[in-house]
Amino acid sequence: MAAAEAYPDELRYHHEHDWARIDGDEATLGITWFAQDALGELVHYEAPEEGQTICKGEAYGEVESVKAVSDLISPLSGEVIEVNAKVVDEPETVNDDPYGDGWLIRIRLSDPSEAESLLDVEAYKQVLVDQ
Amino acid sequence: MQTLQQTPIHDHHVALGARMVPFAGWDMPVQYTGVIAEHRAVRDDCGVFDVSHMGELEVEGPHAGELLQGLLSNDLDRVSVGGAQYTLLTNERGGIVDDLIVYRLEDCRYLLIVNAANAQTDFEWLKEREIRGSDVRDISDECALLAVQGPRSIERLGLHDAPAFTFAVGEIAGIECMVNRTGYTGERGVELLAAAEDGPALWDAVLDRGAVPCGLGARDTLRLEVCYPLHGNDISPETDAISAGLGWVCALDTEFTGVAELRQIKSDGPEERLAAFVMREKAIPRSGMPIAEGGTVTSGTLSPMLDVGIGMGYVPAELAQPGTTLTIDVRGRPRRAEVVTKPIYKREESG
Repeated sequence: MAAAEAYPDELRYHHEHDWARIDGDEATLGITWFAQDALGELVHYEAPEEGQTICKGEAYGEVESVKAVSDLISPLSGEVIEVNAKVVDEPETVNDDPYGDGWLIRIRLSDPSEAESLLDVEAYKQVLVDQ
Repeated sequence: MQTLQQTPIHDHHVALGARMVPFAGWDMPVQYTGVIAEHRAVRDDCGVFDVSHMGELEVEGPHAGELLQGLLSNDLDRVSVGGAQYTLLTNERGGIVDDLIVYRLEDCRYLLIVNAANAQTDFEWLKEREIRGSDVRDISDECALLAVQGPRSIERLGLHDAPAFTFAVGEIAGIECMVNRTGYTGERGVELLAAAEDGPALWDAVLDRGAVPCGLGARDTLRLEVCYPLHGNDISPETDAISAGLGWVCALDTEFTGVAELRQIKSDGPEERLAAFVMREKAIPRSGMPIAEGGTVTSGTLSPMLDVGIGMGYVPAELAQPGTTLTIDVRGRPRRAEVVTKPIYKREESG
């Protein structure tokens, strides 16, 4: 448990503490180190259905720690093509490895140009400083 | 904005890297390393909680017993010097102003340890009803209180076994304290009441003996697994003891505030009962969630020992039977739960 604080350069970020790894017309989504640290050890992941359409800026699921519930805000719009079953079974995977094994969903982008509105790592770190 | 109060041990929590949160007007540690690890430490070995935010009221005088017997629900006459009792401060409607433990220090001197959020209300409630020959004092600021809980707590502190709900003056590492055989976790353990200025040294001494520092997060999951009610959530001035399943701490053959109402509720049968339940579908119930069959969740969490969602809530009395299926409205999603016998968590008997 307890990954070290990090914000990978190659990811794009949403100010609600979500990240996206964009690969062509697909993207993998998750929550940042800051988000998992603020929540504490995760104990539940309420995942969307595969095939469901999700919209940029809207909640697509929830994660819960013992004390708190947090909406998962989608940084991009698209169709859910895969849910990370490992995180459904072992939500603490997100605390262990928020950018690797702790990814949450993969989506097929409905509007790849949305990516331009996301934050790069420096801009996201500034969001954290301003909190 | 109100300034948060700090316990005498506050700086030690910050130094340990605790996550501090506001609770009942106090800046309190919610967790040090993690709620689940701290919870398990108490179930498996020994944990320590700073509960110095709780209130201490002393009631003294030749008529102190008479005053308290008329205000508290349990039968105080059954408590001798050196004994303690879980009891309720009730209002005229039979509602619960607070739940507390009363300790009989001397024939005519009692100590009440009360919830932090209610300390001022309780003090005023008692003070306004003082009778000749009884004096009520709020000594909260003079006290530090540590709960040391878990199957190895007695051994780690170098104490001897003693019956639950007794106390004696003792010392830990040379620090004098009142050693109370009470707690809020369902485990063996003690609550150590010391002078406020001795609090930090007592805390350090208990940590030196191997107790794991635990925050309010684990305190809440521990008490909920064993179905101890939390005032403000599961019980309140608007709920009565009979519906809450606390009839066993109401001596209905004695006279105290609201007893007539409680006798009536008991003879009629309550309309709602506080039921304990376990989720049968993956979800974590939370306080305030509606129950489709009627009623509301008053406490909910993930049980660290059972690894399922658990909770308590008021349901129509006929649905409070163990085995009944309930449907919890988890932010719009219906999730099945089953009413179970209290406590929800029982230690497995080793075979």
